[in-house]
This record gives sequence, C-alpha cells and structure tokens, in this order.
Amino acid sequence: MLELAIKGSRRYWGLVIFLLAIIGVGFISYLYQFRIGLGITGMSRDVSWGIYIGQFTFLVGVAAAAVMVVLPYYLHNYKKYGKIAVLAEFLAVPSVIMCMLFIFVDMGQPLRVLNVLLHPTPNSVMFFDMVVLAGYLFLNILVGWTILGAERKEAPPPKWIKPFIYIAIAWAPSIHIVTAFLYAGLPGRHFWLTAIMAARFLASAFAAGPALIIILCLIVRRFTKFDPGKEAIQTLGKTITYTMILNVLFLGFEFFTAFYSQIPGHMHSFVYLYTGLHGYSQLVPIMWLSSILAVVALFLLIFPQFRKNESLLAIACMATFFSLWIDKGFGLVVGGFVPSPLEKITEYWPTLPETLITLAVWAIGFLVLTILYKIAVSVKEEVVFDKYGEKQVQTE
Amino acid sequence: MSMNRREFLKIAGISTILGLGGVSAVHGLRNRVEASQISPAPKALKAKRWAMVVDMSKFKKEEDYQRCIDACHQVHNVPNITDNPKHEIKWLWKETYEHAFPGTEDEYLSEEIKHLPFLVLCNHCDNPSCVRVCPTKATFKRKSDGIVMMDMHRCIGCRFCMAACPYGARSFNYKDPIPFINEAKKNLEFPTRTKGVVEKCTLCYERLATGLQPACVEASKGALIFGDIEDPNSGVRKVLGARYSFRRRPELGTRPSVYYII
Ligand code: SF4
Ligand code: SF4
Repeated sequence: MLELAIKGSRRYWGLVIFLLAIIGVGFISYLYQFRIGLGITGMSRDVSWGIYIGQFTFLVGVAAAAVMVVLPYYLHNYKKYGKIAVLAEFLAVPSVIMCMLFIFVDMGQPLRVLNVLLHPTPNSVMFFDMVVLAGYLFLNILVGWTILGAERKEAPPPKWIKPFIYIAIAWAPSIHIVTAFLYAGLPGRHFWLTAIMAARFLASAFAAGPALIIILCLIVRRFTKFDPGKEAIQTLGKTITYTMILNVLFLGFEFFTAFYSQIPGHMHSFVYLYTGLHGYSQLVPIMWLSSILAVVALFLLIFPQFRKNESLLAIACMATFFSLWIDKGFGLVVGGFVPSPLEKITEYWPTLPETLITLAVWAIGFLVLTILYKIAVSVKEEVVFDKYGEKQVQTE
Repeated sequence: MSMNRREFLKIAGISTILGLGGVSAVHGLRNRVEASQISPAPKALKAKRWAMVVDMSKFKKEEDYQRCIDACHQVHNVPNITDNPKHEIKWLWKETYEHAFPGTEDEYLSEEIKHLPFLVLCNHCDNPSCVRVCPTKATFKRKSDGIVMMDMHRCIGCRFCMAACPYGARSFNYKDPIPFINEAKKNLEFPTRTKGVVEKCTLCYERLATGLQPACVEASKGALIFGDIEDPNSGVRKVLGARYSFRRRPELGTRPSVYYII
C-alpha cells in the first residue's frame, strides 16, 4: 500500500514540502542544542522540565485517545465508526512517534538513550513509560495496517488480528496512566502529588484526542472524496462533551482540595498559575486563555443544537484541543516546579530555538500523519462501500 | 594489591603476543584489577551509614560558611557559573531558614532566624526518591555505607531525579562546565563533568576511600560532625543523643542523613 503515499496531488506535495521545511529549520536548531547543551532552552535548575516534556505528556494522551473510537467499534460493534477506526489508529502512530522524539530532544545525553534498555530499572516509572509506549506504537501500526489491507482487498480482516485489537484497547489507557505516574508519585511536589492525576489525564486525553480526530475528519472530507460520516462525527462529539465535563470537574476537585484545606503547599502552584505569586505572573494570561477556551467549548458542546451544527462543533473541538494543550502541555509541567520545593520562584518560558525544535517535532508528526492518512484515504476512495454496505465516498 | 592501568595493559599485551591465550589472561587480570578497585584500601573510612550533623552555633561569620563551600567546590571541580543563575551548579550552599525549612516558619519569627543562612547539601537520604525514579541506575544508593552516588557516565540527563528530589540538591549541566572551572585551582584527581548530566554532593566518597574526612568537614573546624549513625559510639550519635536536632522535611519519608542543631 505504500505506493499510495507517493502518488499525490499538487496540494499533497505542497503540504509535504511545507512540513519538510519546518522540520529542516528545527533540525538545525537541534544541532545547535546538541552542540551547546540544553542551556539554549528556557529551562533552569529550578524548572528542569519545560515544553518538551509538556508536549510529550499531552501527546501520550492524544495517542491513547484512539481507544475512544476503537473500543465502541470493536467491542460494541458500533458500525458507524467502521469508517474512521483506521483514522483513529493512524493518529496514534504519529502521536507516539512525537512522544518519543520529545523525550529524545529533552535528554541531556541523547546518545546514551540505550542506557534505559541496557540497565533496565523496574522501579523507575520512566522505564515503564518507554516500554508501554513502544508496545503501543507496534500494536497500532500492526492493527491499522492489517485492517486497512483487508479493506483494500474488500475482504474481512484476518482472525488472528482480533487478540491484538483487544490488547491494544486495554493498552491504551495504560500508557496514559503510566505517564501520570511520572508526576503523581514525587514527594515534595504538591501540585502533582494527587491521586486524581491519572484520572484527570485520562479525561483530558479522551477529550483532546477525539477533538483532534473530528477536526481531521472534517479536513479529510473537505479535501478528499472520502466521507467519514456525519453520524460518526456526532457520536464522537458526544464523547468529547462528557470527557470534557469530567476533565473540568476533576480540575475543580483539585481546586477544592487545595483551597478548602488551605494548605499553603497545595495552593501555591494554583495561585501562581491563575493569579501570579509574589509578583511573578508570566503564565497567568495563557492559563486564563485555557480556561476561557474550556468554557466556550463546554457551552458549544453541552447544548445539542450547537453541537449538531458541524461548524460550531468544529469550533468547540478546536477550543477543547487548545485549552487542553495549554493546560497539560505547558501549565501542568511548569506549575509543578513553581514555586520550587524550597519555595523560590524561577519562571520559565521557551526560547526561540526551543520553540523551533518543538514545532519541528510536531511537523514530523504531521508528516507521518499526512502520509498515513493519504494511504488510508486512497484505499477508502477506491472502496466505495464500507463493509457494512454504507457509502463512504462523497458524490457531487 | 596495586596494579596500575599501564602495568595491566603491558602484561595483557605481552601475554597476547606470546600467544599465551591472551583472552583468558586478560580475563584473569581484569578480575584482579576490578577487585582491587572494589576492595577498600586498609585505611579507608568505613561506616554502615554515614551521617552529618551541622552545628549551626559554630557558623558565625560569612567566612565560616564560605570555607566549607569553597573546599567542596574546589576539590570537586564544581564550575562557578555566574553568567546565568538558571544554570547554576552547587553541591553545598547557603539557604536561609525560610527556604531550607519551608512550611515551618512562624509568622512572628524574628527576622534574624528567618534569614539565618543554613548550610545545605544532598541529604543522602535513607529512602531517596531520586534513586527510585532514575531510569538507568545512574544515581544509586551504595549498599555498603548508604551514600547516594552519581555515575556521571551513565546518566542520560533526563532530569527525573531533579523533579523527585524535594531538597533541590541536584544541578544539571546546562552547558559545558569546563570553561567555568578555575584552571589554576583545578583538582586533577577528580573528574570534571560534561554537559547534559546531573551532579550533586557525593559525600566525598573518593576521600573516604583514602582515609580522609569529607572536604567540607575538614574545613569546618568542628562545625560539621561526620560519622557512622549506626555506631552508638560515633561522634554524630553522641551529639544527636545530647542535643535537640532536626532534619529538612522529615514528613516526606525520605529519611535524610543530614541533621541540624542550633
Ligand atoms: S537530598 Fe535529594 S538528591 Fe540527595 S538523596 Fe535525598 S532525594 Fe536524593
Ligand atoms: S538525569 Fe541522570 S541521574 Fe537523574 S534520573 Fe536521569 S539518568 Fe538518572
């Protein structure tokens, strides 16, 4: 099927070249970082993780979110998702690749990356995280590719793939739970030391991921003949509604515990993020932006009449995605370091090279996504009816 | 036993040339060399678990602190990074009471105590959270005496340990540290570090191995008391038995081995 990736329109090649250009700029920035060290970033002795680890955390969630489509489809035989299951699985692949790249660019000694495998350390959550991520990547490539291959031949998927599908479903939440455990077990970091962290991670992931899937479905429908189906998009919209409500609730629980208990250590990071602490308030505007976006998203999602309007749903999805991207991809990580365990404040903001590297990793993800989606959509455009006999190609 | 690297290579090389089964000869020799590195020298200082007591009553003047800090930083080639405080590297430093013991300050505490500088360093915790999180065992607790060690050749620079240490004891080499080491005062016996690895106090394991006290203890003129906390007759145990002492953030369960008395 790979040959489908290199037969494309001018628009397709335009996009590929654009992404390659961003990757090129980021790669040069990375060479600079490689030579000088992580000192070219905004990180410091006090804020020792920044946007790289934030993006990693956020993207593990996006990767895990494929399960929101795959589970109803395979376990409950929800046929409407038949058309988009592959799109969800193929979103997981570049997401995990980006996760791995973000870990890699964050390392002080990247050439020693294999030490993690040479000296396996089961008591380290990071070791587990690497293991589950690699496993998840493998499962999604295998399942997505096999199912799509079967569809191309207009044959039912082979039986042996079934167990892998079920394993992938169970595996998905595990990658995000383990990622939450990176944070939730550290003494002295009150902001992260909360049992609800894993639950919060899952809720936000299962909102942000499907939101991205809807946006991608709408783009695919706009630019290709393949139609993911109105109903599939609407059902996914409902999923986002509930998970986004849960996510906001969970955040509310954190606020309650911190501010009703009035324990200073538990309140400090929230105060820093949302109002500023001792005159330091660099993150306040973006945290409020995140909150406003969350309110907008909920407003549009909760009322069915808005959600049913696809343009409004698209806005809701973008609001959800960016709100959570700020909250989890930035605020959550930096907030844990400010104030420091010695109650000192050092602020963090990414530098230009750091931003370019971050953009490049995203561009690599989009490039892989573009190629995979190109293949998937080309197959689907040829197969006019999906396996349930429903038309999946638009006719003008 | 003593055999330096050169002798080792010579013997290994000769035995190979003579076709005396070089490989097995190298094996045999290597075992001896490694054994000689592991088995402590006879005069090495030994303990079941090292601990330190910081006697704050003996730190009166600025230079009382600085003597200890300089001794440590010099003997370990700790770079003096002043151009960007975010990249600072420190093993032993001063921290005011309110920062060294956050959460314990009272509203009406005298300004003097609030801003009283305490000497702080890695606590060589008995239950170290930094060791628990390291994905490569680059930081580990030495079984023989409880020192929390750093293998700077294995560290991948993920900085998980920095997030896990609740005492801010760890520094990361955000850039090449060599230009920030005073060439004239460089200690050639102790390795320098590269960019991209984490470092911290290692309780002068290299000095203990040759029978010397830690550099800061030696320079402190009795203000730092060092010894085996599991030995009831040791200096540290005697002080701890006689005077009121406290540790940094004991509620976190890391069980620090550094104690403070006022
Ligand atoms: S003080 Fe920090 S670095 Fe030192 S052993 Fe304890 S947790 Fe680890
Ligand atoms: S930075 Fe080095 S010592 Fe610290 S956790 Fe990572 S590998 Fe271990």
